[in-house]
Amino acid sequence: MADVTLSAVSPERPGRLKEFWSYFRENRGAVIGLYVFTVLVVLALTANIVAPWDPTLQNRGATLVPPAWQEGGSWSYVLGTDPLGRDILSRLLYGAQLSFLVGIGVVILASTGGILIGLISGFAPKWLDTIIVRIMDIILSFPALLLALVLVAILGPTLMNAMIAIAIAYQPHFVRLTRAAVLSEKNKDYVISARVAGAGPARLMFITVLPNCLAPIIVQAALSFSNAILDVAALGFLGMGAQPPTPEWGTMLAEAREFILRAWWVVTFPGLAILITVLAINLMGDGLRDALDPKLKRS
Amino acid sequence: MLRFFLSRLFTFVPTFIGVTLISFAFIRILPGDPIIVMAGERGITEERYAELQTQFGFDRPILVQYWDYLTGVLQGDLGQSFVTKKPVFDEFFTLFPATLELSLCAIILAVSLGLPAGVIAAVNRGKFFDRALMTSALIGYSMPIFWWALLLIIVFSGNLGWTPVSGRIDLLYYFPTDTGFMLIDSLRSGQKGAFTSAVSHLVLPSIVLATIPLAVIARQTRSAMLEVLSEDYIRTARAKGLAPIRVNGLHALRNALIPVVTVIGLMVGTLLAGAILTETIFSWPGIGKWMVDSIFRRDYPVVQGGLLLVAVFVMVVNLIVDLLYGLINPKIRKR
Repeated sequence: MADVTLSAVSPERPGRLKEFWSYFRENRGAVIGLYVFTVLVVLALTANIVAPWDPTLQNRGATLVPPAWQEGGSWSYVLGTDPLGRDILSRLLYGAQLSFLVGIGVVILASTGGILIGLISGFAPKWLDTIIVRIMDIILSFPALLLALVLVAILGPTLMNAMIAIAIAYQPHFVRLTRAAVLSEKNKDYVISARVAGAGPARLMFITVLPNCLAPIIVQAALSFSNAILDVAALGFLGMGAQPPTPEWGTMLAEAREFILRAWWVVTFPGLAILITVLAINLMGDGLRDALDPKLKRS
Repeated sequence: MLRFFLSRLFTFVPTFIGVTLISFAFIRILPGDPIIVMAGERGITEERYAELQTQFGFDRPILVQYWDYLTGVLQGDLGQSFVTKKPVFDEFFTLFPATLELSLCAIILAVSLGLPAGVIAAVNRGKFFDRALMTSALIGYSMPIFWWALLLIIVFSGNLGWTPVSGRIDLLYYFPTDTGFMLIDSLRSGQKGAFTSAVSHLVLPSIVLATIPLAVIARQTRSAMLEVLSEDYIRTARAKGLAPIRVNGLHALRNALIPVVTVIGLMVGTLLAGAILTETIFSWPGIGKWMVDSIFRRDYPVVQGGLLLVAVFVMVVNLIVDLLYGLINPKIRKR
């Protein structure tokens, strides 16, 4: 859209990315969140190199070894071992891979579906719009975790099904946001002029309107990302997500439950991993909101 | 006002029908033959199969099946549990008070701490207290509550021995549970120590369930307060020389409460989802644990009926919040 003469007239106007970054940087928490998140992603991506052990390797001679700094601990198992003698650090690192993968999967599934339906709903004739809104209301009447739990019970308890179930439960939020944004943009002059110029419905939806609706959707995506990590861990904890011996964080907690009073480390570290990851993403989400949508700014 | 009421009720009906359709479809979209699936690994005899097929009406046209299901639901007939053989409807209402008691305690805890915390943070914006509070709120909001529950159990039940690990009351006590609310029933029983026991069982689950709502309420109160505090009438009130506590408490908080109340009203879903985890961890005999157990036992009538009742409950609460909101804020009615 930006044409050459315009940018030549005002060279000091920063690029979009630069402008975004300058707003984002103002929120110190968001920057910390970004750093932590980057480190976690790098660790997850390099888990096969960084992890000292195979995450499913059972060493029957070293069960419930405490963390290295505690009495009886050993530096070959920095965060200790679980009841089957598996290295907790290695399991956490591989677990990060799964959590990020599921989080990204949920966001992609829920947002593409939600944006598409929301765009259609915003542009559709009233009767179709009403039907779509009703269907979303219906899905929203079920608590997300309960809906996901029942869907997984139907589809079968695997990580993949947990991801699909959570995406279905999250999708209505994207539909509502997109629809609301479309409705507020649809009658603005630039859209009408595009329509008059002969833009077809698909062009109007995806090229004219969608880019101007993205800010709240991106913020919602960040929120869904962290919530998906929490919910998939909750499903795993309830035994309806990843199945043992998969090193998924929630599943690890479920397996460790009976040892909580004997071996604090088997319970503490997986939960801490979930908390730190979710916190980092939420911090970034707050920064994104401040940077992308001044209207939503909280303070 | 009447028109507003009627229009809200009017949208309630199609949503209700949709929810019944989903719970109706549930048992029919199970992969494979639902009766074989329900029978599980043990298998099933030919006669029993035919019997069950007639019992569930699977041999009739799908529309007739749905109509029977819908009329049954409207009369409170949701079928029987495979395991206990009791009507699902009765089981739900026997267990529901336990969930309600826990959720009410949690929401009272969340409001009574979150509201003042949000106000104080907003008034001290940018200062240490504000930042410390908002950091803790974000941590609370990001908390995997099933882990949080385990940590609390390790510290308060394991190390300190202050609170029990599971259940609603000590097995020592036995009395009729007329209201289903353990706090009330234990008081009415007049047995020494019963009430204290009920309270001590309630403390940890309430804290766990309150964590996320508390964080949300604190954040929401703070941002609503900040918005109101920048309004002209607040500046006027200050300029008049009113005491800060009067300005913040009376003028600002009253107007900041509207969005906060909405958020609290819409928190039923969050609470019920949290109850699933909290009840499972603390063996709290409520709806959440009942649903999870039924899923594992393949007690499909319970899963189906519970899903429907939970959704209807959420819908009814949202409808009430909506109507109340219209009552408080006349601007909404115009839409």
